[in-house]
Amino acid sequence: MIASVGGQLGLAYAFVEREIALSKRYWAWELVWLVYGIVTSLSVAYIGLAAPAIAGASVDEAAISRFVLYLLVGTITWRFLGLIFEQMGETIAWERWEGTIEYTFMAPVPRLTHLLGMCGATLVRALAFSVAILAAVALFVPVDLSNANVASALVLLATGAVAFIGLAIGSAVFPLLWTEKGLQMAYIVQAVVLLVSGVYYPTSVLPEWMQLLSVISPATYVIRGMRAALLDGADVGGVWPDLWPALLVGAVSIPLGLRLFVWAERYAKRTGRLKRSG
Amino acid sequence: MRAIDGVSLRVDRGEIYGLLGANGSGKSTLIRVFSTLLTADAGEVRVFGLDVRADELAVKRLINRVSVEASFFKKLSAMENLVYAGRLYGVGPEASRPRIHAILRRLGIDSGRVHEPLEKLSRGMQQKIAIARAFLSAPMLLLLDEPTTGLDIRSKREVQTFVRDLRDEHDATILLTTHDLDEASRLADRIGILHGGRLVAEGASEELTARHGAASLEDVFMALTGRHIDEADERGEAET
Repeated sequence: MIASVGGQLGLAYAFVEREIALSKRYWAWELVWLVYGIVTSLSVAYIGLAAPAIAGASVDEAAISRFVLYLLVGTITWRFLGLIFEQMGETIAWERWEGTIEYTFMAPVPRLTHLLGMCGATLVRALAFSVAILAAVALFVPVDLSNANVASALVLLATGAVAFIGLAIGSAVFPLLWTEKGLQMAYIVQAVVLLVSGVYYPTSVLPEWMQLLSVISPATYVIRGMRAALLDGADVGGVWPDLWPALLVGAVSIPLGLRLFVWAERYAKRTGRLKRSG
Repeated sequence: MRAIDGVSLRVDRGEIYGLLGANGSGKSTLIRVFSTLLTADAGEVRVFGLDVRADELAVKRLINRVSVEASFFKKLSAMENLVYAGRLYGVGPEASRPRIHAILRRLGIDSGRVHEPLEKLSRGMQQKIAIARAFLSAPMLLLLDEPTTGLDIRSKREVQTFVRDLRDEHDATILLTTHDLDEASRLADRIGILHGGRLVAEGASEELTARHGAASLEDVFMALTGRHIDEADERGEAET
């Protein structure tokens, strides 16, 4: 049993190692995405700092500081979750273009192990990017984390990652079946999740029908909980109202995403869609 | 349209079976069915007694494939691609690295180039790396889909010698598709001729020429299909 688990972990590690090697070879692109992430997060923070000038009203410093942190928690958490979502789909699309998907699917690796390996690689990258962005932004903008409960924020982030992995696996079905259009479809899904999840604003400002969509987005709960933890110092008990829905989405979305992926793989094999597209 | 229709063939253990056919005849489709990459609408495919659908994972452990196009992560080096491929078959880097060097040496690849990104290597060298990838897992059934297409004469011979050695040294069974008649005669113990998705003839090269009173395998092919092997099958260039 232990040998079997070790064997599967070894197989899963192949995908982590592959992604690390690819990141090294594409280091210039990685740098571009990192700079892009820092710049967009910084821009959002400056919007917060400029709030009194934009609104034409005086706002006390504590409120501005809170507003900046509110925006930063949203943008960096979204960057973390978004990277998980994007990378799964992009990796599948990339493998379709290169034609390597046939070799991945032909290898004696259970699909669960394959996808877990991809998720591991994705998490490593998303975490590294998010930490680097936070550190870089903190150099330019005063970030007051004196009240933060880091432990409950980490619990929420881990839960959000799990919930997003399910969504990401499910959305990776699009590029698996339709190489180019599929990735476009996945981006549309991601954009809708961004809009309805309260990344930069409370979901209460959304029209009612959009608020309905926000209920099924795990990002809504993760971002709201992260704000409670980092702005108000809420402990795990305090963020529980946001934690359990995110856990529930993860518990549903991972098995559902896996089933969808396996179904799509069978469909692709039945209809000859795995053939190289690039 | 049926890409392959009513094909029934058996490849014996340790045999090199050459599947001859023009472009579009269904060769690659057949290889993809054996590779578990394509599910046949009907019929049965067994690899050493295992059903490719019901025992998919077990079948995957026994097979490997070389396709006509070398599909790799082109920014990664040959070594990185091959170490990754080895891991997928449960072979760790400590075991795979010496094996990779040995295989590449036999295929005539300078070991100094194994750390260059694959995109910097010629088409022929990339194809040899693809062949090395398939050999790395020491498959019991090796599926070679036009493995020497695009290689120069010398490289072709090196690959053909290696294929034969692999069978002799490792008791591998090999299903080879080609439209190179010389390659089929040189390597295959038995040859099947595929035309319009159907297997129209089967036998050793000499048997086929004798049976059809032909001077060469090319004449046999012409007699059976009414066309030259380099002409695309009337169903089109693209095989599904």
